[in-house]
This record gives sequence, C-alpha cells and structure tokens, in this order.
Amino acid sequence: MSRENAVEVHQLTKKFGSFTAVDQVSFIIPKGEIFGLLGPNGAGKTTTIRMLCGILLPTAGEARVLGFDVARQAEEVKKRIGYMSQKFALYSDLTVFENLDFYAHLYGVPREKYKARLESLIEMAGLRGHEKERTTNLSGAWRQRLALACAIVHEPPMLFLDEPTAGVDPVSRREFWEMIYSLAGQDVSVLATTHYMDEAEFCNVIGMMYDARLIALNGPDSLKSDLRGVLLEVDCESPGQAEKIATGLPGVIEVALHGVLLHVTVEKETHQQTLKDTLASAGITVRRMEPVPPSLEDVFISLVEAESRPRLREEIE
Amino acid sequence: MSRMWTVMRKELIHIIRDPRTLGLVIVLPVMMLLLLGYAVANDVEDIPMALVDQSKTDESRRFVERLSVSGFFKVTYVVQSEREVLQLLDEGRVKSGLLIPEEFGRNLSTDESGTTVQFFIDGSNPTVAQTAQLAAETVSQAAAQEILVQRLSRSPLRMELRPPVDARLRFLYNPDMRRMDFMIPGLIAVILQVQTLLLTAFAIVREREQGTLEQLIVTPVKSWELMLGKILPFILVALLNVAMTVAVGYFWFDVKVTGSITLLLILSLLFLLGSLGLGVLISTISRTQMQAMYMASFIMMPSFILAGLLFPRDNMPWPAFMAGYLLPVTYFLEIVRGIMLKGIGVNYLWSSIWPMATFGIVVFFASVFLFHKRL
Repeated sequence: MSRENAVEVHQLTKKFGSFTAVDQVSFIIPKGEIFGLLGPNGAGKTTTIRMLCGILLPTAGEARVLGFDVARQAEEVKKRIGYMSQKFALYSDLTVFENLDFYAHLYGVPREKYKARLESLIEMAGLRGHEKERTTNLSGAWRQRLALACAIVHEPPMLFLDEPTAGVDPVSRREFWEMIYSLAGQDVSVLATTHYMDEAEFCNVIGMMYDARLIALNGPDSLKSDLRGVLLEVDCESPGQAEKIATGLPGVIEVALHGVLLHVTVEKETHQQTLKDTLASAGITVRRMEPVPPSLEDVFISLVEAESRPRLREEIE
Repeated sequence: MSRMWTVMRKELIHIIRDPRTLGLVIVLPVMMLLLLGYAVANDVEDIPMALVDQSKTDESRRFVERLSVSGFFKVTYVVQSEREVLQLLDEGRVKSGLLIPEEFGRNLSTDESGTTVQFFIDGSNPTVAQTAQLAAETVSQAAAQEILVQRLSRSPLRMELRPPVDARLRFLYNPDMRRMDFMIPGLIAVILQVQTLLLTAFAIVREREQGTLEQLIVTPVKSWELMLGKILPFILVALLNVAMTVAVGYFWFDVKVTGSITLLLILSLLFLLGSLGLGVLISTISRTQMQAMYMASFIMMPSFILAGLLFPRDNMPWPAFMAGYLLPVTYFLEIVRGIMLKGIGVNYLWSSIWPMATFGIVVFFASVFLFHKRL
C-alpha cells in the first residue's frame, strides 16, 4: 500500500446468491482527491461503497482504506472514515444539535475539541439558529448538510458519500459540492457516488459503473477526449426520423437523441458533409450542424453502447 | 463506556419526545392489572341457585338459610317443580338448583328416618362446579350432624356427643385463602414480562427499518455498548411499572408485601435485565418490525400459561413443565409470590434466583454475539 493512496481496490467482487452486484472492480484514490463513482441505479455503486466502509463483506478481491483491509480490519477503518448513507439517516425526533452531539460522542471527539468542532460544523452547514429544531422539520438540503456535518464530526481523512445530492435542489447541490471541495482542500479524500452526470464534473477522477462493472476510469477531461470520433450537434426537423436515417450511415459511430437535438458521433470531420447531404435528400431541413465538446453523458452513453453491443451479441449466439 | 451512555441518552430522548407512547407505557400495565386482577382473582361465590321447597317447614327453611349464609350460594329463583329448575339451568340463568321434597320436614321431626335433598349443578365450568359440589356437601353434612346431635340430646339416653375425630386446619401464608393474594403477585410478574418484551422488541429493528442502523454501524460503537445502551433506559421505565403495579396491588386489591420490598426491587431489576435482553435479542435477529412482533407474541402466550400463573406447574406433563423453565418469568413468578405472599428471603429463593440470573447473562451475550456490525 502506497502512502499516497487513500483507497486501493483490487478485483473487488460481491455476490448475493447467484446475482453479482459488483464484478472485479479495481481502482485507486490518491490522497486528497475527489473520486466520483458514476452510473445508473443498480450498477453496484452503493454495494461498492458499503464494502469500503466495512459494513458489507466482499465475496472476493481486496480493498484497503487508509491502509486497513476492509474485510479483516473493519473496525479500524470505521474509526477513520466518515460515511453519509443514501437516506440522510438522521434521528428525526432529535434536534440538529442532538444529532451532531450523538455522533460526536460515538466517534469519541475529545472533550477539549468538542465545543469548537460542533460550532464550526453548525456554521459550515449553515444551521446557525436552527440548533434546537427537530430534524423532521428540516428541508432536504438542510438535512443533507446536517448529515454531512455528522459524517465529518471526527474530522476523518476519508469521506464516503452515497448519492449525497439525491432529492436536493440544484442551487443547494452546487453549494454542497463547494463544501466537498473545501474539504478536499484540507487533504480529505472523498469518494462520492452519483447518477447526476453534471455533478461528476466536480470530481478529479471518475469511475463509470455499469451492470456491476467498472467500464471507465479517468479524469473527466480525459474521458471526454478519449471519446472516439467527432460529436456533432444537429438541429433539424423531425429528429426522430433523422435518427433512424443517420444510424445506418457509413462513418457514423453513434446517434442519440438529446431532447429536440440529435447528437451524432462520426469518425471523421469529413463525414459531416455526407450526413448533411443524406438528410437533405430525405427531405429533412437541417437548421444547424456543428461539432460540440462531448459531455460526460455522451461519454457514458457511448461507453455503455460499446459495452453492451458485444455482450448482446454473445447472448444471441 | 462513554459511548454506552451516549446511546442510552439518545434512547431516553426518543422515549421522552413521544409523550403519548410514554403515557401508554406507564398507564397500560396498571390498567391491565386492574382489569385482569378482577377477572382472575375473584373467588367463586354467590353461585345463583333455583330453589324448589316442597316441604315449606322450619327445617327446610333453616337448611336453605345455611346454604345462603355459607356465601357460596344465592337463591335467585324460587320455583315449584324440578322441571322448572332444569329449564333455568338450560337457559343458563342459574348455575345450581336445590329440590327439597315434601317429606323433608316431616321425616326430620319424627326422629326416626332419614331424608334426601336433591342438588343440581351446572358442570360446564369445572371451577364453579367443584366449588358448588364442595359447598353443597359440606353444608349438608354440617346440617346433618347438627340434627343428629339435637336428636340424641332429646333422647332418653341423653349422652354427651362429640365427633370422634376433630380435624384442625391451619393455613400457613394467605390464611384467608384469598385468590387475590395469590393471583395479583403472579399477574404483576406476567404483565412485566409482556411489557419488557414489547418495549425492547423494536429497539434494533426499528433503526434497521429507518435506515439509521447503517449509519450507526459505520461508527466505532461496540455491540455491547449499543445493546446495553438500548436496554438501560427501559430498565427505568420498567422499574416504574414494578412500583406502580405493586402499589395498585396494595392499595386497590389489598395485597400486602409480606417480605422485603428492597429485595423485591433488586430481584425485579435482575429479571428486567434478562427480559429486556430477550426483547433486544428478538430485535437483533428480526429483519422487520412485523417479524419482531410475531416472535414476541410467541413468548408472551406461553408466559401466561406455562409459567404457573393460572395453572399449577406441578400437574403439567413434562414437555410443558420443562418448557416453563425456558421462560424467565417462571422463576420471577416464584420469586414475586415468595416475597409478597410468604415473605421469604434470598436463601429460600435461591433456586429461582440463579437460573433467572443465568438466563439474563446468556440472553445478553447472545444478543451481543448475534449482532454483527455488518449489513
């Protein structure tokens, strides 16, 4: 285990009976980095995070968090990490302060630090003046920030966040990520799962999970530049029909509908003209067609397509 | 250790923040004792009786009076024929009947011959029937004896007559044979068992369903700290229940604590530890509150029947008898009755104390051992 890595995961696998939830996943999180685990619901993100927190035993493979084996030294791991579970698991009949106080004591925050720590957390979470409010009355965003405060009450060097922004409005989501950034600035390593593609842009490294496997692992920009071909954004009449026509064309790698727009990935810039001509001859007016930088969503769709095509073929055969 | 207090404090807040539940938890056991106390603890008396007095003499009237004075019978119908008595029994209006034949008074006054009276007893409820039978026989025999003595004293021989054997009975403990004194302590024990089981049956499984358990098991809290922290607040609640039920027994049902109240409280504490631990154990191995509820009720039912509250355990077939030993309330029942009724101390109760203590320890360690800090 290198001193530079907060998390090292090697061939980690979890099976529930005959169902494989996580399939031979490997990755590394260097200290102080924000790692985003991206993927649709059911891809195995939560199972992975639970194994790393030491509350779910891996079926095979190995994972070390801050140098401790998650299977054999789970309690050592637990002392040093913060974990925010999907549901913002707070005690709804306890007040904001009581929730914080509870976790502060469970994590054994030293007496001399206790007061200052809780004060600064209340400040950070923007809950000043609401300390005596019962958690049940808080809005989603406040509950989220309180859950974060509870998770980091003992100043853990490693933080696991499972869908931390689910059910929270966009403005609060951005504020939340700013908090995570400032934590990373204080050398806290972070692993966050999300299915919001735009949120993944906040991460240093992204692992894309699909169907229990890690299908890509890189920085957001590298992921985008690795995307094969050129992405064209097409604004045309009857995009549904245009999608069908474009799909069969030579040089076209991928076609996907984005609202009323069409995203077409072509192998070379020169294929742009072919596409334009074909659509025109089919009587479809193209108002605009230009190369655009791909979003993470484009990357994900393209990767999933590449992943599922050979598998689909396998299954048919 | 400090984490245990933290868990305990949190649980106390849960209890206090929910005043409606807290109210129920405190009041219901007392209500239950009042209701059940009257239901099970009443002695059989004033059995309704239909009377046919065809003799209509002083002798027959005196005989009926003896029955009424005994307190066991109460004449509620006076009719003319055996047929009417049977009809009243059929309709359930009376539980017993008495037919005094026409020749009753005549035969008695002529000194020579004996006579008969006919009792009818509804045997469908064995408890009532047995009491009625015993009372009818005893009263009739006493009457017969008295008449015999009168006859002999009037006879020319005029001898002093005394029954050859005079059986003298002395009841130790509960000299008035009050069922109350026997049943109320037993009820207190069983009500406590139900109470403690229900209080803690949801302790862990509720957090599991709320999703807070996941958050709890990623903290460094140890299993025993969590378990003990969950049990301790309810010890306070349950001790309050002990005090209140004993008080109701004393002030309402006039059931006194013959022995040491301190000892009663200390041993209650021991029982509560084991019994609350059993609830936590159930909670630990249940996945849903429904499962926990179900398991708890399957311990509560046998507590009423097998622990010796209503039926003496000595007469049970051995599987049922042995099963009783698996319930902590069986031992506690012995202890509560021993202290309240007989006023005995630790040395006599020891055979009940050590299994109860062992049970508590085993159950507690089992729940700690079976609780994994994993999903």
